[in-house]
Amino acid sequence: MTQLALVIDLNVCVGCHACVTSCKEWNTSGSAGPLCDERPYGADPTGTFFNRVQTFEIGHFPNSETLHFPKSCLHCEDPPCVPVCPTGASYKRKEDGIVLVDYDKCIGCKYCTWACPYGAREFDEKEKVMKKCTLCVDRIYDMSLAEVDRKPSCVKACPTSARLFGDIHDPESVVSKAIREDGGYALMPEWGTHPSNHYLPRRKTHLKIHKDELERADNPLKVDGHLPKPGLGESSMDDVSAW
Amino acid sequence: MKPAFSVIFLTTLIGAGQGLFLALFTHQSYSLFGLLPMQSDAFYGYGSVLALLFLIGGLIASVFHLGRPERAWRSATQWRTSWLSREVIALPAFMGTTFMYAGVHLAGMRPEVITLPSGLVIDISVLIGTVGTLLAFVLFVCTGMIYACLRFLREWHSPLTVINYILMGGASGFTLAAFYAALAAPTQAGFFGGWAIIITVLALAGRIASLVRNARLRPTSTLQTAIGVKHPYITQRTQGSMGGSFNTREFFHGKTDAFLKQIKPTFLFLAFLLPLALLSFSQNSAGLLGLTFVVQLAGLMVERWFFFAQANHPQNLYYQTIG
Ligand code: SF4
Ligand code: SF4
Repeated sequence: MTQLALVIDLNVCVGCHACVTSCKEWNTSGSAGPLCDERPYGADPTGTFFNRVQTFEIGHFPNSETLHFPKSCLHCEDPPCVPVCPTGASYKRKEDGIVLVDYDKCIGCKYCTWACPYGAREFDEKEKVMKKCTLCVDRIYDMSLAEVDRKPSCVKACPTSARLFGDIHDPESVVSKAIREDGGYALMPEWGTHPSNHYLPRRKTHLKIHKDELERADNPLKVDGHLPKPGLGESSMDDVSAW
Repeated sequence: MKPAFSVIFLTTLIGAGQGLFLALFTHQSYSLFGLLPMQSDAFYGYGSVLALLFLIGGLIASVFHLGRPERAWRSATQWRTSWLSREVIALPAFMGTTFMYAGVHLAGMRPEVITLPSGLVIDISVLIGTVGTLLAFVLFVCTGMIYACLRFLREWHSPLTVINYILMGGASGFTLAAFYAALAAPTQAGFFGGWAIIITVLALAGRIASLVRNARLRPTSTLQTAIGVKHPYITQRTQGSMGGSFNTREFFHGKTDAFLKQIKPTFLFLAFLLPLALLSFSQNSAGLLGLTFVVQLAGLMVERWFFFAQANHPQNLYYQTIG
């Protein structure tokens, strides 16, 4: 069984919203119709998005940290939004685990949004149907695209590679390895929805450099001893000094 | 949650309709066993027409809740998993039965179905009434379960939700029946009024029980589990949009806590206490009973507003700050 998912590295995300714009651009131009906006140039613009980047401040200033937090449908393995749908418009695909809404069947009753604890679905006020992340299902299987492009739009757009995409049921996939080795976790595990998307925590990277690593012991210029050899704290220059 | 007026009208109006039907058939059943004087066909017939009007009113209100009402027929397909789908089937089924019940009475066509050994004649209206009674309860359970089955909305996730839908619908329906009887069969108004008092008292008890339960709930999800960061102080700086989104419109009632605090005694007074007082002193006067029903229905609409507003959806954790 395949379960496609995103793994989002919060340690790397810089909150640039490139994934948001790229997602919107791809998904508003597809055959499924636009993701409608209202008053886009007004004082209170609003619209339908599959993906949002939120920002949290953790701790009290000055001992605080900023966390940028991209949020989209988590394609839960046990999605509570699916069984409540009265029309069958919401469904989970057997072949790859993507949770989708059939826009031609949805009656816009919004019941599924009540059943999703993550607020991952957004009602399209103009199309009058429910919308949510499709993991770019119209892109990842498109054989007319080069293989590197057969990835969700957000993943392609991320300038820091904070977004990984793959099959979390394949233990050798890049996403499974990231979850396993870098502490991947799920959101609100208390509800038993088993989200497929995972997040990698913020983590500090410490680099320990030993004194002898600062000096290139086998530098030939040093070995022959012809050039001046300034002290460790003094400035030095390649080809002019012996460091 | 944001209280949607379509759903407030739907649930209160069909509740009253179901209750009225139950009241009428309860009366017919009592009469069948000679406990009450059997009333004319017209009494039961026009009474169920009245119930049907309330059900139709609710149905019309529900259409306004849908983005795409022209596809509403599709919502009957997922009855295996969805309580909403089950309600979509139960409501027209109950309406159809109410219609038939009204029809056989008004047409005076009540062929005998079976005569029990005791000599009791069961005619077709009794059979339809029994089916209607079952469907009325099925519909109450479906309506209640739509809310009670959502485990994240802990204020709703309780058997009390279903019980209260039955009791509150029943209370308003019997009050309506008392009013109707005061006009159509004044001698019987006392019977319906008595039951209306009993059910209103039970509904009050059920509603207070759920208020007490909800007051003691502690949220299961926190900002910590929502974003997976273990730190006692987390503040949202931006929710990713400047002008709000569906998430800010659908899940917040937009009123102050103080307003919410005032609404609670308001609906307890209008839906339960005042109707109880009026029912006790109405002396079967049609005017007073009519007033009682109007007050109670309005009170139940306020109650329904509060029912939605009080439910705190975990998604709200992600939508605290626009910035
Ligand atoms: S995140 Fe919400 S919408 Fe997406 S699958 Fe899970 S419950 Fe459904
Ligand atoms: S809004 Fe559409 S997808 Fe959601 S429950 Fe209703 S019919 Fe299903």
